[in-house]
Amino acid sequence: MQINDSIYIFFTYPKGCKEMINQLSWKVGGQQGEGIESTGEIFAIALNRLGYYLYGYRHFSSRIKGGHTNNKIRVSTTEVRSISDDLDILVAFDQETIDVNYKELHRGGVILADAKFAPKKPEDTEASLYAVPFTEIATELGTSLMKNMVAIGATSAVLDLDIHVFEEVVREIFGKKGDKVVAKNMDAIKAGFDYMKDKMDADVPTMVLEKADGKRRMFMIGNDAIALGALAAGCRFMAAYPITPASDIMEYLIKKLPALGGTVIQTEDEIAACTMTIGASYGGVRAITASSGPGLSLKMEAIGLAGITETPLVIVDTQRGGPSTGLPTKQEQSDLMAMIYGTHGEIPKIVLAPSTVQEAFYDTAEAFNLAEEYQCPVIVLSDLQLSLGKQTVEPLDVSKVEIRRGKLVTEELPEIENKGYFKRYEVTEDGISPRTIPGMKNGIHHVTGVEHAETGKPSESSANRIAQMDKRFRKVENIRFNTPVYKNAPHEDPDLLIVGFNSTRGAIEEAMVRLENDGMKVNHAQIRLIHPFPTDEVLPLVRSAKKVIVVENNATGQLANIMKMNVGFAEKITKYVKYDGNPFLPHEVHSKCKELF
Amino acid sequence: MATFKDFRNDVKPNWCPGCGDFSVQAAMQRAAANVGLQPENLAVISGIGCSGRISGYINSYGFHGIHGRSLPIAQGVKMANRDLTVIASGGDGDGYAIGMGHTVHAIRRNVDITYIVMDNQIYGLTKGQTSPRSAVGFKTKSTPMGSIEQSISPMELALTVGATFVAQSFSTDLKDLTALIEAGIKHKGFSLINVFSPCVTYNKVNTYDWFKENLTKLNNVEDYDPSNREMAMQTLMKHNGLVTGLIYQNTERPSYQELLTGYSEEPLVDAELNLDQAHFDKLVAEFM
Repeated sequence: MQINDSIYIFFTYPKGCKEMINQLSWKVGGQQGEGIESTGEIFAIALNRLGYYLYGYRHFSSRIKGGHTNNKIRVSTTEVRSISDDLDILVAFDQETIDVNYKELHRGGVILADAKFAPKKPEDTEASLYAVPFTEIATELGTSLMKNMVAIGATSAVLDLDIHVFEEVVREIFGKKGDKVVAKNMDAIKAGFDYMKDKMDADVPTMVLEKADGKRRMFMIGNDAIALGALAAGCRFMAAYPITPASDIMEYLIKKLPALGGTVIQTEDEIAACTMTIGASYGGVRAITASSGPGLSLKMEAIGLAGITETPLVIVDTQRGGPSTGLPTKQEQSDLMAMIYGTHGEIPKIVLAPSTVQEAFYDTAEAFNLAEEYQCPVIVLSDLQLSLGKQTVEPLDVSKVEIRRGKLVTEELPEIENKGYFKRYEVTEDGISPRTIPGMKNGIHHVTGVEHAETGKPSESSANRIAQMDKRFRKVENIRFNTPVYKNAPHEDPDLLIVGFNSTRGAIEEAMVRLENDGMKVNHAQIRLIHPFPTDEVLPLVRSAKKVIVVENNATGQLANIMKMNVGFAEKITKYVKYDGNPFLPHEVHSKCKELF
Repeated sequence: MATFKDFRNDVKPNWCPGCGDFSVQAAMQRAAANVGLQPENLAVISGIGCSGRISGYINSYGFHGIHGRSLPIAQGVKMANRDLTVIASGGDGDGYAIGMGHTVHAIRRNVDITYIVMDNQIYGLTKGQTSPRSAVGFKTKSTPMGSIEQSISPMELALTVGATFVAQSFSTDLKDLTALIEAGIKHKGFSLINVFSPCVTYNKVNTYDWFKENLTKLNNVEDYDPSNREMAMQTLMKHNGLVTGLIYQNTERPSYQELLTGYSEEPLVDAELNLDQAHFDKLVAEFM
């Protein structure tokens, strides 16, 4: 990453002085399988419990052992929704970690590196490097595995943190292994702390974090919120196939559904996952499947089946780098067009795109209502950054989750004469037909992916075809979705409208603040209902702005194209795309927007 | 009490006159009545192909899905409502070609459903191409020089992947077939019934007469014991798979639903959807 002029240095300080800071960026890196993730986890959970807002992002590879991995954690006294531009402290367990990441460090930054690998400081950095014998101290205390704890201790010294804040977390993680293990790990943290304090003479900058509010908030990834949203909505069945970055949803529900009488089936493939979910939903249960791009490609035929049979279906797509296997552990937002138009033929479909963890919870829950109300597939689109970025989340309110089942028949039905079938596909004014489920007396009908008449029996008649196609599309003409666009539009005649979807929200919000500080008038719209496109909401925003920039993690500017198609104004819509596998940083969005003027 | 007539509807099948599938349909209707089902408590889930249309010809809940996927749909329906009787059905192309992955895994999983394969050794609806059940040398539009691929032996395959109920029948043996379907429905677990159902239009080799000449009824095999898996395998190999009757049944292994931890005794479809505040608070606390 290039540090350029526009980068925001939140805090720089001369060496040797204690500085109160309200935001910190910390990264730990090493070889995959070395416990990098758990180091970050312990550090983050402890700080989260002190009331700080955190935002974590993991860089990892599609392998289990080996390969550089890092966990970058931003700590703040106010809410943060983006990766930070720069870095204050880098904890390195190998030279590669330094070489790959040192450019993110600002001038007053600190590298805490394991003395074991004789770390070398790159010439072109003003950050300070301290070789701390992480491994040696850990080995002396019993096992080199505890080097991560020593590193946490050393970090605490630099931050002037009371190491007791880690005690509770360490106890939770290692408690099962006995008090002795807990004590040893705490000893390791203390040893790292003491070593660093001892070494810290006048030239080690101490960054003292401002006190947080002490409130306990949730610290979770988007996938957790999606799974929790499903539970809150009454989802009691899931069929899924493991895939990064979606598997957490399945893993969470496997743990939690049995207590609610439900279950998850890990299927033989993605097609089975989707069709089994369709079967369960046809059977009357709220069901979900979740995958990423490759899985969604395989589910496409089944999505069409749900479309024509008007079976409610909730699918999560956590986007990752495509096409094919692409960049399986990296950020991308390139499934947009496929999710809107995917499956052969034409079906009504709803595509939601939450942009925060909170929205991921509420939107997933709402997806079940929409699927049953409109009797069609609903895709909850996420992306790797939203699904895996671990962050502090303001309380979720389960009482706000409504359960609406649309035209599901609940009353007893009159007998149908001459063994006629129930009109499951009755042509109605709003296009939505009453729905019976197996087991309901007098509700028998046929369901088929073949074009069919009102009772579900196959029909190839032209008049019927038109009536049924029109009926299906009529359903979503006026869909009701609470907030189709997240808007922060303070200006009536802005210089610029920035548009994004999913996880780009945080970087856009920070860029917007900086642009406003630069004297620009900026509005922001994050599209939450991708399809059917909320033209009525977006059009006035586009019309009023001098220029529009669409920020998206793909190569072709898919959302920009969708906007041009739906709202017009092609001449003033610019796309800002990034498809190198990394999320946008606030300073990148800031500079790109400046370039437009 | 419903009779087999209650499982009839007013749809005229679009099968060719003489198609074996007519008898399979009749056997399913009779079996459903014989085991005491009401039409609304039966769900027939079918695949694509001539035989896939069967779900539309029975007066019950029916779902005609996509090619090769009747099994996952059927398992989903059963998971949603364990009180329903779920029968999946389709042809040999549906179950042993495009849907083979599901067949093998449905057998392993052992969800309590019945799967009836109407096996005619040919693709009928697409007008006569080879199927995985076609014999080596079998000439079709897609194998003009005769098939050079080995034919699948579904019964042997089922035994090797842990099947708990394996049966085979011939569509003209209405009584035997009905009894096997009844036994399959009653079996606690996954039951696979392969039915030789001749295609009178495109398969001029495996005809009614051919089957009459070549099939051996297991009832006539001395000391045949369907609880003996080894004997089942040996018998199948000895007769080149051309046997009819109950080949194997394991009544000891519990079904998938019985083995699942926490799975509701009540049909899932009746579960309370609202998550109470206390339960939610407990879940949320784990993230703090």
